[in-house]
Amino acid sequence: MSVSAASAASLHPRDPAALSRLALTLLALAALWPALQITEFNPAVLFEPGNAHTMGRFLGQFIPPATAPEFLRLVGKSTLETLAIANVGIALAFLIAFPLSLATSTALSKSAIGPAPDWRLRRALRYPGRALLILLRGIPELVWALLFVRAVGLGPTAGVLALAITYGGMLGKVYAEIYESSATQPARALMQAGAGRLQAFFYGVLPVVLPEMVSYTVYRWECAVRASVIMGFVGAGGLGQQLELSMRMLNGAEACTILLTFLLLVLLADAVSALFRRWLA
Amino acid sequence: MNARGIVTLLVVAALLWMSITFLELNTSELFNAETLTSFGAYLLQFFPPDTSGPFLGKLLSGSLETVAISALSTLLAAIAGLLIAVPAAGRFGIAPRLGARMLLNALRSVPELVFAALMVIAAGLGPFPGTLALALHTTGVLGRLFAEALENTPRAPADALLHAGSPRVAAFFYGTLPNVLPQCVAYALYRWEINIRMAAVLGFVGAGGLGQMLHVSLSLFHQQQACAVILAMLAIVILVDEASALLRRRLA
Repeated sequence: MSVSAASAASLHPRDPAALSRLALTLLALAALWPALQITEFNPAVLFEPGNAHTMGRFLGQFIPPATAPEFLRLVGKSTLETLAIANVGIALAFLIAFPLSLATSTALSKSAIGPAPDWRLRRALRYPGRALLILLRGIPELVWALLFVRAVGLGPTAGVLALAITYGGMLGKVYAEIYESSATQPARALMQAGAGRLQAFFYGVLPVVLPEMVSYTVYRWECAVRASVIMGFVGAGGLGQQLELSMRMLNGAEACTILLTFLLLVLLADAVSALFRRWLA
Repeated sequence: MNARGIVTLLVVAALLWMSITFLELNTSELFNAETLTSFGAYLLQFFPPDTSGPFLGKLLSGSLETVAISALSTLLAAIAGLLIAVPAAGRFGIAPRLGARMLLNALRSVPELVFAALMVIAAGLGPFPGTLALALHTTGVLGRLFAEALENTPRAPADALLHAGSPRVAAFFYGTLPNVLPQCVAYALYRWEINIRMAAVLGFVGAGGLGQMLHVSLSLFHQQQACAVILAMLAIVILVDEASALLRRRLA
């Protein structure tokens, strides 16, 4: 934007839009000035001899990556741990999300199809469920991880719990939306014929929405793999914890190996989730 | 249920069981009365949140810092992303295209938090490394999106300008850029939304903002301050969510 306005002003003095663009750019820069101050923006820091030397030496160690068998074994174990955290985390998240999605979705609302004497109460009951879902997913997983590391100690348990909570909130919200956006006629027909809500759900809603639910859950699993690496940075086990250790000790070769493993793992998770979804479709 | 569904369920159950045994999760140890009461006691220490005047002031400046980090990093990333997107869209031939794409992929696949830890090594503690880290990752994401937008935009306007004798740079600025700019701005705003959230937690590795405050107060066992910081994060996340939903509904 700024480039376009500046060159417009210099190259084409007759450009009718130049003045307004220039003004807009200057205004944006003026608005940005406080941001530069608040973030202590100062690229010169990067080139101070001490900083540049440390960083240079750290990055210089990246090649060649560490390949000592013992270290590789550790990385392999951490990778498996990361995957296991993602698996168990998603499973627990499902256990949290499924009941909450049933409780908060309006797809099984009886008042939508006819008189339901207790509809005020039912509607009021949905709100605490929704608030809980917002609370669960509104606090970032990294914060949950940090809290659980303080509560249950360093290691994968904190990661599993943090994933379960945040992803429980996300899955619960999306499941409820999926029920609501699906075709509601089968469930309504069942309820009109006297079926209970749960019966209507399992025979009227679930068969319709299952593919979409599975697809979204698998996608979330893919995100969970990435998240469980990142949560390791605050001590929640897995590959991230190793990476944090290596970086803190400024061991570039180890950091490089772990980063490469992380990239491979993410690619693998992508491929597995794509394959899985295609297989089920 | 068909055979495929049953096989899937069995495989998933087996993998889950393997994961649980691998992690050596001890559910009876985790969910017994003693751990639950000690966990409950720990949670109770967070209440009531610290709302004393001086701390609220710090909280406000921490929130401002978070917003500033996210805004500045998104802007830097948008500029850098656009600069890399031009070669990545194949405007300068095949070799620069491949090089630019590789650079963008590398930037995109390293998580923000890893960049933040790196930048803290390079520039010391504070909001500046956080800004750089977010900008680096976001450059990768936006650069790729911008490159796709550039590739998909019709060439006719720029070609017309070129045939009329306009220099290439001017043809780009007046023939191509106006077409892709709205889309690019939309992408940048979307990333900003994500970056506000990220900026709130990047501080865990020392990169400023609310995250650093939370990390410090948890490390000093100031749970009530930590609770206030978490509430501020929650407020920012919900605010951004609602604002963007509202904007999108207006624009739709």
